[in-house]
Amino acid sequence: MQVDQLYQEIILDHYKHPHGRGLREPYTAEAHHVNPTCGDEVTIRVDLEAGVLRDVSYDGMGCSISQASASVLHELLTGRDTDEISVVHAAFVELMSGRGQVTPDEELLGDAVAFAGVARYPARVKCALLPWMAFKDAAARAGVVVEANSGTERSEVKTA
Amino acid sequence: MTTIAIPSGMPQYEDVPRYDVQAVRADFPMLEREVNGHPMVYLDSANTSQKPRQVLDVLREHYERHNGNVARSVHTVGTEATEAYEGARAKVATFINAPSPDEVVFTKNSTEAINLVAYAFLSASVGGAASAGRGAPDERFRIGPGDEIVISEMEHHSNIVPWQLLCERTGATLRWFGITDGGRLDESNLEELVNERTKLVSLVHMSNILGTVNATARITERVRQVGALLLLDCSQSVPHLPVDVVDLDADFIAFTGHKMCGPTGIGVLWGRSELLAAMPPFLGGGSMIETVAMTGSTFAPPPARFEAGTPPIAEAVALGAAVDYLSGIGMRAIQWHEKELTAYALDALETVPGLRIFGPRVPVGRGGTISFAMEGVHPHDVGQILDAQGVEVRVGHHCARPVCVRFGVPATTRASFYLYTTTSEVDALVRGLEQVRKVFG
Repeated sequence: MQVDQLYQEIILDHYKHPHGRGLREPYTAEAHHVNPTCGDEVTIRVDLEAGVLRDVSYDGMGCSISQASASVLHELLTGRDTDEISVVHAAFVELMSGRGQVTPDEELLGDAVAFAGVARYPARVKCALLPWMAFKDAAARAGVVVEANSGTERSEVKTA
Repeated sequence: MTTIAIPSGMPQYEDVPRYDVQAVRADFPMLEREVNGHPMVYLDSANTSQKPRQVLDVLREHYERHNGNVARSVHTVGTEATEAYEGARAKVATFINAPSPDEVVFTKNSTEAINLVAYAFLSASVGGAASAGRGAPDERFRIGPGDEIVISEMEHHSNIVPWQLLCERTGATLRWFGITDGGRLDESNLEELVNERTKLVSLVHMSNILGTVNATARITERVRQVGALLLLDCSQSVPHLPVDVVDLDADFIAFTGHKMCGPTGIGVLWGRSELLAAMPPFLGGGSMIETVAMTGSTFAPPPARFEAGTPPIAEAVALGAAVDYLSGIGMRAIQWHEKELTAYALDALETVPGLRIFGPRVPVGRGGTISFAMEGVHPHDVGQILDAQGVEVRVGHHCARPVCVRFGVPATTRASFYLYTTTSEVDALVRGLEQVRKVFG
């Protein structure tokens, strides 16, 4: 069944057993994002000190893709410095914007490579990106700019 | 199933008008396609209906044979186009038993139809050049602080947001009927809610998320008592059951073409002629005027007053064809087909473990739109697994978020039926839900 590409075991596993779920103290900044088309919500807290992400905690409700994506984000970004975070973040956004044409770097993206299948379903890309966009916002509020993916829409908006 | 004999002399089941569903399906080219390697099971007609060949043929024939602009040409094709456009208006009027075709205003959809009425209130309340006959604005459309508009918690966003905007801009107060646990309109506070301060009650006839068909007689009576106006959002009812505006005794109804076998881009506002005549214009431009001078303009009588610019001509003509198609089968027959299907589906869905139905659980006072939740599985995931099996349902808040909030869920999965839906498609839905359970169980 084609849909297996979307619901990879790794994704279902993160959904059923999320890593690092729940909002925690202390935190530097917080962001809440909503997907208006489906009502999915996520709140992300970042605890940043001296350029290192000591913790990223989250809570939310939504589909398996958005919830698993938050779990993977926690796993991938916790403990990294801001430069590494920018690289991983950009790689994930690029993967999701690639309509299934991007081959993910497993070393860089870890479990997030499972989301390669999601990129083939345009209606679900937003679900996967929801926590990542909320994270970017929370980081910005904490004074850390996570570089946007250079290739796509965002840069077009800037030049418009 | 137990068989209950109906006493002779009473209407019998055999008296109900019926039609051959397979013959109807053959009229719809889309129903022949496959989705993800499976025959498509289209259970999203409350979102948009499929179109029969008879409608598609008229749409093409209009552009191939009769294309000209309406209401402004003396040449032959312009005259043909005008006759087809006005003919469609007459067909729609007959379909809803409107006393006159002039009471049918073509819009682009229900949303625009409702906004047209909301803007009539706004324009009348700011006064000035916007008033209809250049006299004082009609008191019935003047609204301000202390006045109230009543809607319900069951509305589509298109029957919420225009009234929120109107109230914010005029200082009027928006109030609403609640929903009972069973998914019916809570009329327990009708007397208090609809009162002498009420200027308009704008209510959904059939809920697009719960499937509830609201009995409006009691509300209409109260609206008349207090001298308010009544608008019914019939987007989900006109396509599925006989709607008679005289019988409903409403002041306005709104509905849309694409949910009733017609094309997108065409909708209808029906209003009592006397009220339409008292309403200020909505959009300004060509076709809606009487005389234009640089110092000011006067306006055409309805319906032209509300149809500025070149209208969706081919779409209106095709809507006329859709009305012919539905009338040919018979709205009573369509209503009955969907009633039987709904009874079948409600029973079938009860067998799915962990499934919760929102809205009436009996096929009485409801249409063929069923929203549900599967315990522990998000509707997006339900919809995705169903789609992989060719079953097309809608997931989300269905532009009726307050209903989701009322029932404490972020979203629902919704299956909705139409004249071409079969019991075997309901079976496919139930099988699909078993698959959902397997993936997420």
